[in-house]
Amino acid sequence: MSEYTERLLTGPSRKDKSERLRVIWLIIIPLIAILFQVYVPRFVPFLSYLELPLLITVHFALGRRGPISSVFYGMSIGLVQDSLSHQPIGMFGIVKTLVGYFAASVSQRFDVENPIVTFILSFFFYFFHQFFYWVLARALLGEAMIFDAQQTLLFGLLNAAVALPLFHILDKLKVAA
Amino acid sequence: MDFFLSRYRNLTVLLIVIVAQLLLIAYQVKSNRDVPLIRVWAVTAVTPVEQGLELVRRYTWGFVEDYFVLLGVRSQNDKLQHENGQLKIENHYLKSELATADRAQALSVFQAHSPSKTVAARVIGNGTGANSKVVFIDRGSTSGIESGMAVVTPDGIVGKVVDAYPMASLVMLVTDPTFAAGVISQKNRVRGTLKGLGQTKCLVDYAQNEEKVDEGEWFYTSGDDRIFPRGFPVGQVTSVHNGKTFKEIYLVPSGMQGGVEEVLIMLQGVHLQIPDSETATPGYKILQAPTEATGQIPQPTGQPSVLATDADRLREQYKQSGEAQHKAFGEGFVAPDFTKIPGVRAATPAPPPNATQPTPSPNRDRQEAQRKPESTAPATAQPVTSSATSPNAATPPKPKPRPTAPILVTDPTDADPDAVPLPAPKTDKPAKPPGGGAPPSRPPSANQ
Repeated sequence: MSEYTERLLTGPSRKDKSERLRVIWLIIIPLIAILFQVYVPRFVPFLSYLELPLLITVHFALGRRGPISSVFYGMSIGLVQDSLSHQPIGMFGIVKTLVGYFAASVSQRFDVENPIVTFILSFFFYFFHQFFYWVLARALLGEAMIFDAQQTLLFGLLNAAVALPLFHILDKLKVAA
Repeated sequence: MDFFLSRYRNLTVLLIVIVAQLLLIAYQVKSNRDVPLIRVWAVTAVTPVEQGLELVRRYTWGFVEDYFVLLGVRSQNDKLQHENGQLKIENHYLKSELATADRAQALSVFQAHSPSKTVAARVIGNGTGANSKVVFIDRGSTSGIESGMAVVTPDGIVGKVVDAYPMASLVMLVTDPTFAAGVISQKNRVRGTLKGLGQTKCLVDYAQNEEKVDEGEWFYTSGDDRIFPRGFPVGQVTSVHNGKTFKEIYLVPSGMQGGVEEVLIMLQGVHLQIPDSETATPGYKILQAPTEATGQIPQPTGQPSVLATDADRLREQYKQSGEAQHKAFGEGFVAPDFTKIPGVRAATPAPPPNATQPTPSPNRDRQEAQRKPESTAPATAQPVTSSATSPNAATPPKPKPRPTAPILVTDPTDADPDAVPLPAPKTDKPAKPPGGGAPPSRPPSANQ
């Protein structure tokens, strides 16, 4: 195990810095992300690939490193997304619940402040989010959705690319706990 | 159990949350029912913000859009102005072409219908001199143009040829100060001399102050100058004043209106009739003359046609009826049976044998007296060519039929219910005077 790898695994965690988002931001930021998802693609259809609620969930989970809070945070964002969709409530909730849990679990083992790790995790969770949503839609709802892996990979890269500056901005909003 | 929950608390919470959501989905799918509460909350929370965003976006984007639109307005305005200018030029050119085509068509129609022999020409230039009103036309002596020929348009006279060159001619316009032509008014046949003034108006000189000329009256060429044939319109009077010796009559030459571009040169002019018009305000109203009736007044054969008036004819008729009844009017106390007088029941008297002959009547005498200046003055100037060359003048003038309506008119249905009512009287329409280019005149009046 190299030194870099060891530092990735055992680096200082964010929890030690005791920096957290204010509660108000925990409410406003997901709302802004959801509004962005439902409003902006009306005028810029290309931006519909941007899954900002997912990135917010990942950022919250990676920052809090608490699986339970991340589970509920992801579930809440997912349920709001479900409420604004035509699907039964719970589809996005389950997926984002899992994303929050796994992101929080990963953050306990890796130095998620590293941009590369952030990029990879964002890419991975986007792919996981889309794939698991497809599985749920087929398994629970019986919908014949098409999963375009190539497109999903490409959009995953784009979302990961957006995640880097977005996480940087969100980190600026954190204050010392 | 407690150990398991405490050790795998996170996983347990995850499973509970997942299972709860799975059950929620299962409930929705199984019962095909929604969970409206959650959706209402979410939509209620999101849509006001969306509305606000849309409002802001609309105004913000509208402002930005207007800004960028205004940025292009200046260049677009310049482009449109340039295009508008080009369209104006094109429109002006097309209008000019259309007017030229109209004038050419009118000229050709006039040339085809005019009995005079004419040559069409186009004005190619103006003469020199500040006050001179002369133009050059593109027809010269090679086309048969000679000095002194009249130049007209369908609207009226334009001028006369003063010099004829091989390929062009010089035309003096009626507005030239040295121009003169004999003219006659339409209503009262007032004669005068048209003189140019170097302006748009012309003067009709040598018309006595006692003569009656109204504003708006038309003047025609009189044919006295041996240049312009009689009957061509000259212009309409714009102002009339009494001068020291002669009237000062100003008119606008009708042939010059709208500019002179295409003209006709009269190689061989033919006199035309001046369109009739009612006499100028006689001061009393003359009723329309009785029209010719179809009925016939029985006239005794062999009676000399000395019955000058209707009263004479009626008297003669009564006299003959009395003789048939062996009664003499004015003698004794026994009156003749008037019901046996022919013509009373029929009420459609036959025309006298001399019906084609003009029969003098008081009304006609009065009209003749009024038309005396008209009938006597131009008699000396009546050109020979008018009857010799004009197709309209080839036939002798038809005498105007005299009224032969019954004098004693009663309703025939009163005396005889089976009697046939009188037919509708016929009216004689005056013959339209020749001269296609004559200006519109008033409708035929009673004394025509």
